[in-house]
Amino acid sequence: MTYKVTEEGNVSTVFLNGEIDMDVTEKAKEQILPLVEAGKEVHLNLKDVSYMDSSGISILIESHQKALELNTKVIIKEVSKSVLKVIMMAKLEQILNLE
Amino acid sequence: MNIQESKDFLVSTASLKEVRTFSREVFEKINLPQDQKDELVLAIAEAAQNIVKHAYKDVVETSDRMEIKISLKDKDLEIGFFDKGKAVIPENIKHRKLDDIKPGGLGTFFIKQIMDAAVFKKDQKEWVNHLVLTKKI
Repeated sequence: MTYKVTEEGNVSTVFLNGEIDMDVTEKAKEQILPLVEAGKEVHLNLKDVSYMDSSGISILIESHQKALELNTKVIIKEVSKSVLKVIMMAKLEQILNLE
Repeated sequence: MNIQESKDFLVSTASLKEVRTFSREVFEKINLPQDQKDELVLAIAEAAQNIVKHAYKDVVETSDRMEIKISLKDKDLEIGFFDKGKAVIPENIKHRKLDDIKPGGLGTFFIKQIMDAAVFKKDQKEWVNHLVLTKKI
């Protein structure tokens, strides 16, 4: 997994790339959660994420819940077909902010 | 088409990518829709992840290996997982309720969604756990 972060005003966009599994969970969390904790609106661009397992889904849930706690939001952008399928299997498409 | 392929992997999160690669290579030989192949790879990766996460819970580093065996006979797909971690108590395996939104607990749910059955067998002397996932394809 690789990533890139861009900032524009109060919006941080994290572009994740590759496969997200338990082996890279911590690395992904270390990028995303501090942005949420800093009160940023975080956009997670998943266009180039080709695979995500339950560990990756946990990151989406944790960051979403942390954002709600801190009165900000995490928006999932351009989710790839394969990741959307896993989100839907977990029945989270109505819970997470998908755009 | 009949297939039987197996491979062993170091019990480590770093092996999960290798597990997926092995699974994808096996499923390449089977005529199935890509969506179904992707689901099967996810189920296998989740079961392998469970070995690392639960059977080897609190083990920081090990040289133990786990084995995955994929067999297809006619339309019956069987995937075996063998490990020497802590013995799994099948009755204790529960996925979280889907309306209880929290991180974690989804791996087993995914396996149950994708496969027809998941059964722990006690038929292997040289291994501690033997999980068998089956699906009619």
